[in-house]
Amino acid sequence: MTLLALPLQEQAVFVLAAMVLFTSFLLLAQTRLVTSIHTFAWQGGLVAAITALMAWSSDAPHLYLSAALTLGLKALLIPWMLHRLVRRVELDRHTESLAWPAATLLGGAGLVLFSYWVVLPIEHLELAATRNIVAISLSVVLLGMLLMVARRQIVQEVIGFMSIENGLFLGAVTTAHGMPLVVELGVAFDVLVAAILFGVFFLQIRESIESLDADRLDRLSEREPEA
Amino acid sequence: MNALLLTLLPSAGGMLLLAAIARYRWAAPLNLGLSILGFTGSLWLAHEVLTRGLVQAPGLRVDVLNAPLLVLTAFVGMTTAFFSLRYMAQVVRAHRIGRSSRRLYHSLYQAFLFTMLLALATDNLGILWVAVEGATLATVLLVSLYRTPESVEAAWKYFILCGVGIAQALFGTVLIYFAAQQAIPDPAQGLTWSVLHQYAPRLHPTVMSIAFVFALVGYGTKVGLVPLHHWLPDAHSEGPAPISALLSGLLLNVALYAVLRLKVLADAPLLAAGHPRLTGYLLMGFGLVSFLVAALFLQRQQDIKRLFAYSSIEHMGLATFAFGLGGGLATFAGLFHMLVHSLTKSSLFITVGHATQVAGSQRLQHIRGLLQTQPALGWGLLLGAVAIAGFPPFGLFTSEFLLISATLDRWPFLSLLLLSGLAMAFAGIFRQLHPVVFGEPPAAQRPVRASLLPVAMHLSLVLWLGLSVPPVLAGWLDQATHLLAGVDAFGGLQ
Repeated sequence: MTLLALPLQEQAVFVLAAMVLFTSFLLLAQTRLVTSIHTFAWQGGLVAAITALMAWSSDAPHLYLSAALTLGLKALLIPWMLHRLVRRVELDRHTESLAWPAATLLGGAGLVLFSYWVVLPIEHLELAATRNIVAISLSVVLLGMLLMVARRQIVQEVIGFMSIENGLFLGAVTTAHGMPLVVELGVAFDVLVAAILFGVFFLQIRESIESLDADRLDRLSEREPEA
Repeated sequence: MNALLLTLLPSAGGMLLLAAIARYRWAAPLNLGLSILGFTGSLWLAHEVLTRGLVQAPGLRVDVLNAPLLVLTAFVGMTTAFFSLRYMAQVVRAHRIGRSSRRLYHSLYQAFLFTMLLALATDNLGILWVAVEGATLATVLLVSLYRTPESVEAAWKYFILCGVGIAQALFGTVLIYFAAQQAIPDPAQGLTWSVLHQYAPRLHPTVMSIAFVFALVGYGTKVGLVPLHHWLPDAHSEGPAPISALLSGLLLNVALYAVLRLKVLADAPLLAAGHPRLTGYLLMGFGLVSFLVAALFLQRQQDIKRLFAYSSIEHMGLATFAFGLGGGLATFAGLFHMLVHSLTKSSLFITVGHATQVAGSQRLQHIRGLLQTQPALGWGLLLGAVAIAGFPPFGLFTSEFLLISATLDRWPFLSLLLLSGLAMAFAGIFRQLHPVVFGEPPAAQRPVRASLLPVAMHLSLVLWLGLSVPPVLAGWLDQATHLLAGVDAFGGLQ
């Protein structure tokens, strides 16, 4: 079955999902902190748009609520909080030099291939369309993890963490038309609390090591000094 | 229903109530009072489960598998709250935490307890995930309570590693929901464990196996399985001792419980598809590696709390291995091990917490001669260490003996690895603890006001369980074994 034979809404979902994946790569290559936060906000907006589209095409009104929740949390509130924090700790002009930009992006591409390989056995379930979306959401999750590993900045780690959540949410919405409402509210609550805690931690970490560089969090290790 | 409410509500209300109470003098006893109330509720709940076999409420379901764990969680929550009275009073006197941290401490203590009780009692896999993640969120600020650079770093590591890990479990949960859409009559119930269990053989085996791998990695991070364990020693050593006791004694159990629930769901379709041992092999591998690596790392620890944190990884690895081995005997041993390890380890963290206050340091080489400075504390630590090393007549001996018998039966050569790992762990702990208990105390070491009642309660329970398992508990564990492994625990032996 070619993708062109799908109904128009599903094609639109595909295009949007591809754009979500694209924003993941943008996050991976972005060196300016503020631009990263904006890219992350766009990713949240795209996921919210997909949710709204699914709500409309599959006539599932409770998805409108989760779309609104995603838009409010991932595209507006959390980016705004991050932005405020970054300004508060005067990192808004911060640019980071990437250690291995080409290798990181190639690694990212490898992760996408890996995701497609993982979901390969699911093909005879329902349609090929689902398989694609599961692969894309898994890729977004794995790219988020790569982002957290590749970056040394604590704010970037948070963005990676939250973009993992985006990938999970994308998977839940597109494969199963969203989780039951209680669960979705619970997950949204957890994400909100996590975002607040991140804010608390920025300040605690800055207070204790006077930097937001994750490389300097190295006091605890198995190599204990001989006192 | 009422019993469920009495179990869950005190801690749920407590986290809000204690956030509002600024005076430490009231907050600490209230914390204990609420925990006692919760424990009473859990006893009532256990009674209901005993008479009716199953207690259900919308979204909640208590059966033979989670009833003993709920009672255990409420019990350890209560005794640790008692310990925390004196321990935290000492911390407050030493001005190690500020006013807002004191309020935060008690509120988050109850929040932590609530999330664990909810994770155990819920019937919904999604809520289970939300509660386990909630437990992480409740404890990160407790780990960084002292605000030292080390504790902030430990909390950050804990937050990030467990957050990312647990995200994998959510992906697994999404996949289960996806598989359920095709298999069960009412797709909206696709995360309800009891419904999924009923239709489990109809779930798609490939999707379920991928889902189980993700869930195992996710919840396994919280169990502390190697190589996902890096947060565990840091978080245990840097947080206040009551929190270490709860993390080690309860949270690891809750995460392993989540893995077990999902294993039951994945096993049925995989059996139908001709891969009956897939989940078992995964658990065996992770469990054995965790057990051996932790036993090795035990040898070189210089911090007393890190030492026991690695011992927790070791014991959780052993339990995971037992569930992976499968069959009635090993599964029974695994469940029993979860209970006795939790009781022993929380009692150890209580004595260790007081020992660090006596010596004013967590480094093993600075803590000396506890038997002379404060004999009761020294004996508590010594007996706890004897119990955790698996000596008879304590309960851990029983579970380890059963596990090794089961291993000899099915994988004889693995029992060699198990025995050498146990010997290594024993050597590691005793070599380090011998001078701590028996050595010559430094001049500056002074006894503290310790609460040893919880230690006595825990250790006598472990001793009792080692001498004879009460028939009620044996019956429960037997039925839980039947649920997990499909066979009776001692069916093959009679």
